[in-house]
Amino acid sequence: MKKTKALLVVLLALVVVFSFAACGSSNSGEEESTADDGAAAGIAVEDIKVGVVHIGDPADGTGYSYMHDQGIVGMQENLGLSDDQIVRELNVSDSDSNAIRTAIEDCVAQGCNIIFTTSYGYMETTEELAAEYPDIYFSHATGYLSNDTNFNNYFGRIYQARYLSGIAAGLKTETNKIGYVSAYGTELAETCSGINAFALGVQSVNPDAVVYVKSLSSWSDPTNETAYAEALIEMGCDVIAQHCDSANPQIAAEKAGVFGVGYNSDMSADAPDAELTSAIWNWDVYYTTAVQAVIDGTWADLGNYYGGIKEGFVDVAPLTANCVEGTQEKIDAVKELLMDGSWDVFSGVKLSFDESGAVVQTDGALEDSEGNTIVEAGGASVEDKVITGEMNYFVKGVELK
Amino acid sequence: MAVLIGFLYYAVRMGTPLLFATTGEILSERAGNLNLGVEGMMAVGAICGYCLGCFTNSLLVAMAAAFLSAALCALIYAVLTVTFQTNQTVTGLALTIFGNGVYLFIGRMLTNTGSFPALSDAAHLKRIVADNGIPLLRDIPYLGRLLFSYNIFVYIAIAVAIVAWAYILRTKVGLRVRAVGENPAAADAVGVNVNRAKYLNIVVGGGICGLGGCYMAFVTNGGAWNESWINGMGWIAVALVIFANWNPLKAIFGSFFFGMFNVLMAWKGNLSDAFPTVLGWLSAIPNEFYQLLPFLITALVLAIESARKKKNSAEPGYLSVNYYREER
Repeated sequence: MKKTKALLVVLLALVVVFSFAACGSSNSGEEESTADDGAAAGIAVEDIKVGVVHIGDPADGTGYSYMHDQGIVGMQENLGLSDDQIVRELNVSDSDSNAIRTAIEDCVAQGCNIIFTTSYGYMETTEELAAEYPDIYFSHATGYLSNDTNFNNYFGRIYQARYLSGIAAGLKTETNKIGYVSAYGTELAETCSGINAFALGVQSVNPDAVVYVKSLSSWSDPTNETAYAEALIEMGCDVIAQHCDSANPQIAAEKAGVFGVGYNSDMSADAPDAELTSAIWNWDVYYTTAVQAVIDGTWADLGNYYGGIKEGFVDVAPLTANCVEGTQEKIDAVKELLMDGSWDVFSGVKLSFDESGAVVQTDGALEDSEGNTIVEAGGASVEDKVITGEMNYFVKGVELK
Repeated sequence: MAVLIGFLYYAVRMGTPLLFATTGEILSERAGNLNLGVEGMMAVGAICGYCLGCFTNSLLVAMAAAFLSAALCALIYAVLTVTFQTNQTVTGLALTIFGNGVYLFIGRMLTNTGSFPALSDAAHLKRIVADNGIPLLRDIPYLGRLLFSYNIFVYIAIAVAIVAWAYILRTKVGLRVRAVGENPAAADAVGVNVNRAKYLNIVVGGGICGLGGCYMAFVTNGGAWNESWINGMGWIAVALVIFANWNPLKAIFGSFFFGMFNVLMAWKGNLSDAFPTVLGWLSAIPNEFYQLLPFLITALVLAIESARKKKNSAEPGYLSVNYYREER
């Protein structure tokens, strides 16, 4: 017994010594590279090592971490990286700063040149470590902190995809009531902007339709996600859109013989008879762009990243046969406007379609659900409010139930 | 009126898995064994029942698999607590963790390999588990919706509860089981096989819990994989046993009553729109309150129950106390 104890102590001591040694070497490496300013010159593809910190386990096969990991895998294929060039840290709690630090430092110790931290709560710790390791690039998802040298944040204009999916829903509805199962309501700009953009998309083809929103106050509550969709259908909604992870609202829609708009990934396999389309993310677009920037030494030009339809970062899934005729043409027309950047969702210019199906742009104020003017007729888009997290109102035609 | 009927209809649908689980747990507790593994047994029953049911496209296989897999979990619990005299509370908690692990393991393995079965591929099964109701009767205005338009599981759950009630409170065997829960030494003295009664009730009770899991898989989640199919229903069932005073008939009403609180958050808007003067206040209450409501009610029930204690309580006298013959 005494012997094992002694052995343990020696082992622990060794661990401590080695961890100090590891710190020492990484610090000295840092000094060297800043000295010859190697970072700006870029890094050869074979020397790239990418670290990813996940809140869950991509092996779940679905959900948030899986989606990000699919993006990483896509990036790996696009750039031809080998498997040992990717370091994954799994199940890192986003409220435990020690765990986050350990995970990131493990990536550093394994020689990563760029580290993606994918959960909101990793933000502050990522910022601290970016300051400690100035020759390593850090990229944080869904937050707002950054610095000018080696730390940026990234997120997408998913609201643009939602606008497009709203067109499909607005054309489909016959009761002019559309349900929306949302994780949160106006509390978060992320959910709020999605609902608003969706409603504006609906109104572009169907000015009489209203969007009924039920808010879950939770990011994951599959039982209630079903119950919410059922309650919305009882209210007369015949299209169910969603901002939550599980496909349960779509399945409830299918069961009731109504239609749905999915989110995150193409949900048409889950509810083939209900699905119109889904608002989807293509994370590989950003991961490829970011790693390429490190390879090329053009990180400084990358800045904070908010890709949208234009970059292909967000999109709508291929329309299904459940959509009414002419949906594709209308979505394509609006997509074109988003692609060339001549129009954006939260502006004082409203879109509608003439009889031939062509887009008509008319000036019209953007009003919130209480009738306050947000943007004057013809005014510029307030999309920045989404990115800075300041959007906290529903537009006209949205009702919280 | 239609809104109210709709609300009650969904309350019953939400309450059905609770009814299965509560009935199962009552059987176990009546024999003196508090099994806190309900959540885990439901999870195992859900994943096994769902997958095997879909692979074979058969409701019978789905229910048999759900029952047997959960019964197997309960058997582990029975061997540990009855034969090896382990602490019932700890063993039950371990069973919950174990069951959830099995559920996640199977589910993730299948999704990873892309072979997680889709309900739409099992067309026959999908049709059977839909809310078909009873032809003709379901067309009666109001009552038809409220009583005769559910999926088949709802009726099975009620039937199981009634059978369990008759078994526990109206048969000789049930009387012996009650005696075992009330005072195993006395039961033993008059020749009741205590261990056999415990084993049988724990295992069958576990199987019934598994059927509740099967319901969550097919109806509540519609077969779409996510990591919380059971979502805490098993825990509510444990409290419902007390609410129902260890009586499966009362569990029917208790389950649907709790189902009401579970769907209230989803329905607050519908109800306050339909009855703005009477129920308008519902939509003003924040979601967080609704989220804690089932648990608040549970806590209240437990508090009230322990305050008035004994008198009318059917709580088995030796609940959660292991029976060790040599210590008699």
